[in-house]
Amino acid sequence: MGLSDGTIKMSFTILPDDLTAAGEASSSMKKMLNQLGVSPQLVKKAAIAMYEAEINAVIHGGGGIADIIIDGQKIEILIRDEGPGIPDLELAMQEGYSTASDEIREMGFGAGMGLPNMKRYSDELIIHSEVGKGTSVKIIVNFY
Amino acid sequence: MNVREFAEKTGMKVLTGDKGLDKELAGAYVCDLLSWVMSHANKNNAWITVHTHLNVVAVALLTEVACVIIPEGIHVEEPTVNKAMEEGIAILSSDKSAYEICCLAHEFKV
Ligand SMILES: Nc1ncnc2c1ncn2[C@@H]1O[C@H](COP(=O)(O)OP(=O)(O)OP(=O)(O)O)[C@@H](O)[C@H]1O
Ligand SMILES: [Mg+2]
Repeated sequence: MGLSDGTIKMSFTILPDDLTAAGEASSSMKKMLNQLGVSPQLVKKAAIAMYEAEINAVIHGGGGIADIIIDGQKIEILIRDEGPGIPDLELAMQEGYSTASDEIREMGFGAGMGLPNMKRYSDELIIHSEVGKGTSVKIIVNFY
Repeated sequence: MNVREFAEKTGMKVLTGDKGLDKELAGAYVCDLLSWVMSHANKNNAWITVHTHLNVVAVALLTEVACVIIPEGIHVEEPTVNKAMEEGIAILSSDKSAYEICCLAHEFKV
């Protein structure tokens, strides 16, 4: 939805345990960014980072909410869940660390590369997580 | 070489009609760990994977690979084929192994 000051906001619900629908929110954002004429390189960064966060919310967080704000400066993506939280964020950020189940791994997830990818494809990554409360991931991709 | 020419020359079956066949191929990439693919696959690669669920289409779109190749005659679910067609991603099916497909890609200078 476009606001009068040129800021665009979008919200999506991320359903739990529905891996087949996972990616709908990031693909909608991607389409919006393409429509806005954002450079393909930035669209790719934002879409991959958001897809990883969306998948994590489904697999690890029991579903959640995605809020996107696009203004003249940046794309800001906030993904929140009320899942189990991440006990050791530093450990979780390491390449290869994963607690994904065998079933999830059989689908090709669980390489432990999602959080490192979010870091790599964003300009700023801010994660808050509390055990028993949930996790919020903010991904910022700057236009300039 | 584009996806159509590669499929024709190698006798691979195209599962997705005429969708996405004009994309140029540049190299091949084999991996079944989706997040790994998202950090390492290059645009216009032919991505070879044994996964056939819907997320394969999402990953193919995000990485901008030229096509997906499913080796060893593995069956691809209909929803995946439909989604790929909707998004303009070609899925090719081959009876050969991932290794043999890479050899073909090399042979045809993809
Ligand atoms: N939203 C979340 N809620 C709870 N735990 C999480 C969440 N996101 C990540 N984690 C924890 O951090 C670990 C690492 O996450 P990361 O995305 O890097 O890898 P993965 O999801 O296990 O595998 P991949 O992303 O490669 O498919 C997860 O295995 C999980 O233990
Ligand atoms: Mg992950």
